[in-house]
Amino acid sequence: MKRFSVSPPVAALILAIVLFLLSGFLPNSYGSNVDIAIAQATNIVRLAVFLGVIAAGQTLVIISGSEGIDLSAGSVVTLTAILTYVYVSGENDRVLIALLISLGVGAVIGMLNGIGVTFLKVSPFVMTLGMSGVVTGAIIVVNHGTVSGRIAPIMTRLIARPVSPSIPIPGAVVIWLIFGVLMWLLLERTAFGKNLFAIGVNRVTAKLSGVNVTWTNLATYSLAGALAGFGGFLLVGNTGVVHIQLGQPFLFPSIAAVAVGGTLLSGGKGSYWGTMAGAIVLTLITSLLTTMQMPDSVRRMVLGGTLLILISIYGRQRSLRL
Amino acid sequence: MKNRITWDFLMTRYPVFFPLVLLVLSVAINLYLQPNMFQLSTLNSNMRVFLPLILLTVGQAIVLIAGGIDISVGGIVSVVNTILATRVGLEGSSELMWQYVLISLLVGALAGAINGFFIAYLRLQPIITTYATSFLYAGFALFILPNPGGGIPSAIASVYRTSTPLSLPLAFYVIAILLLVWAYVSSTRYGKYLFAVGGKAEAAYETAVPVTLVQFSAYVISGFMAALAGIAITMLSGSGNADIGNPMTLNSITAVVIGGNAFSGGIGGVAGPILGAITLSVIQNIISFSHINTWWETLVKATIIVAALAAPGVINLFRRRRA
Repeated sequence: MKRFSVSPPVAALILAIVLFLLSGFLPNSYGSNVDIAIAQATNIVRLAVFLGVIAAGQTLVIISGSEGIDLSAGSVVTLTAILTYVYVSGENDRVLIALLISLGVGAVIGMLNGIGVTFLKVSPFVMTLGMSGVVTGAIIVVNHGTVSGRIAPIMTRLIARPVSPSIPIPGAVVIWLIFGVLMWLLLERTAFGKNLFAIGVNRVTAKLSGVNVTWTNLATYSLAGALAGFGGFLLVGNTGVVHIQLGQPFLFPSIAAVAVGGTLLSGGKGSYWGTMAGAIVLTLITSLLTTMQMPDSVRRMVLGGTLLILISIYGRQRSLRL
Repeated sequence: MKNRITWDFLMTRYPVFFPLVLLVLSVAINLYLQPNMFQLSTLNSNMRVFLPLILLTVGQAIVLIAGGIDISVGGIVSVVNTILATRVGLEGSSELMWQYVLISLLVGALAGAINGFFIAYLRLQPIITTYATSFLYAGFALFILPNPGGGIPSAIASVYRTSTPLSLPLAFYVIAILLLVWAYVSSTRYGKYLFAVGGKAEAAYETAVPVTLVQFSAYVISGFMAALAGIAITMLSGSGNADIGNPMTLNSITAVVIGGNAFSGGIGGVAGPILGAITLSVIQNIISFSHINTWWETLVKATIIVAALAAPGVINLFRRRRA
């Protein structure tokens, strides 16, 4: 008999739908009102966009293997959100340049991580953790705790509002879908993607097969930084306000989203579709716990327990006994 | 040429060499800023603040040597702190205190056993598992003590704060015991197993090392050390706060790596990480004594840490260029 198996992204998506349907039975939920249910589902997906985009860079770095991880993503998000907020200051025609600045600054920070990891052989965990401190420190030095600025109307229009009055899908979700397709193309249809998976599986064999391991690794970290920068740009377009802790709450959930989406944390195997599904599951659970009006302590415990159950289902590593 | 061999020899044979250089350097700067640093009272008041992180770092080092990572340790510290602060109370007797110290150690080991069960027996990925359990533990701590408060009898707290047997800070004796125990453990078969499992778990398994049990035990030890750190920090602060352990987790990991252990496991010891933990704490001291502008503190501290982490790599890079 063939063993029943579902790919992790599909499993995560099914889980999200089941959880959402079950949540209808909760008090003060949507109950039997379909319109409210759809509105609620749309809203959860909209919130998941930001975690999903921030987790994109994390997915790349984790696939690259050798304990690859990016703990500076949270602070990069905060930095580029603040930069966008200050630079744009309400002007529509500055938005495009702000986007380029966000991507560029993110890429530079990512490249510094990459240099530390690739050339100085610092382990990614502590390198990016240290970089996170440096970036946070730089934000504090530059803005002294207060910033003045404003996002542009066009950002709100494109990111936070529905695409058109007749189509109640927020712009952010559309952006995310396009982004998801681009990520898929990058991972599955480019030489860089092939090289990335190759160095994730085994760096020695990758090198012997002609992959430029050093360059691929450096490019991965730079790209991850740029994607976190893009996440900051999108996030501020949705929130409309900035503060020094804006990005940090997304950091570990971004790693969790990657893991829940079935990407191996040891590298070499994974997909961005999985991360997208993981981001939706995590956002769904967090927002359900918030609507259930539990004390903060119970909420944290339930979140931890749920996460444990999730990764127990399909986050398991290969058994030692072959 | 001779110089090069000496450097290689030092770096490979004595992994503690570089952390020691860092420590001496940072202590020298600290001494310049705080001339009375080596007076017994100052030394003791520094060391008693450093000790909780040192204890936590030792547990983290053992997990890292065994090829794992434990980011729930801060949560365990918080749980122990809130248990002691709520169950013993400011008016509690010393018997009650010691009773709960024992219970705390059991709770810590149990929390570590939960981590170990999921990671070693269910084979979940360590970083994400302990991230999940960190919510369990931090949430539990908050459940026990929703608002900061409670406490332990001040007479017991002062035993920790002020005892200096033979004119040496209490922390020195604790560190000496840790080093002695490690010297013994690393020479036993179990010690060899720890390194084997961290180096390459599959190969260790093929050579009949009880990999699962060794991984499990590393997390139990880490939980136990986190409980010790929790007891120490409770005696230091004298009160309870459910968020007290939170900032310590990532520091303990940084301390282990500054201490010269390989992040990927299988290499290192406990002496280096202890030096790493002291170095991190001394850097914090330097920053508060150097009267730099408050706005710059985070940046300066983080830059020093990144520089310390990158230094061995930079040195190796330049040496390779010349060769």
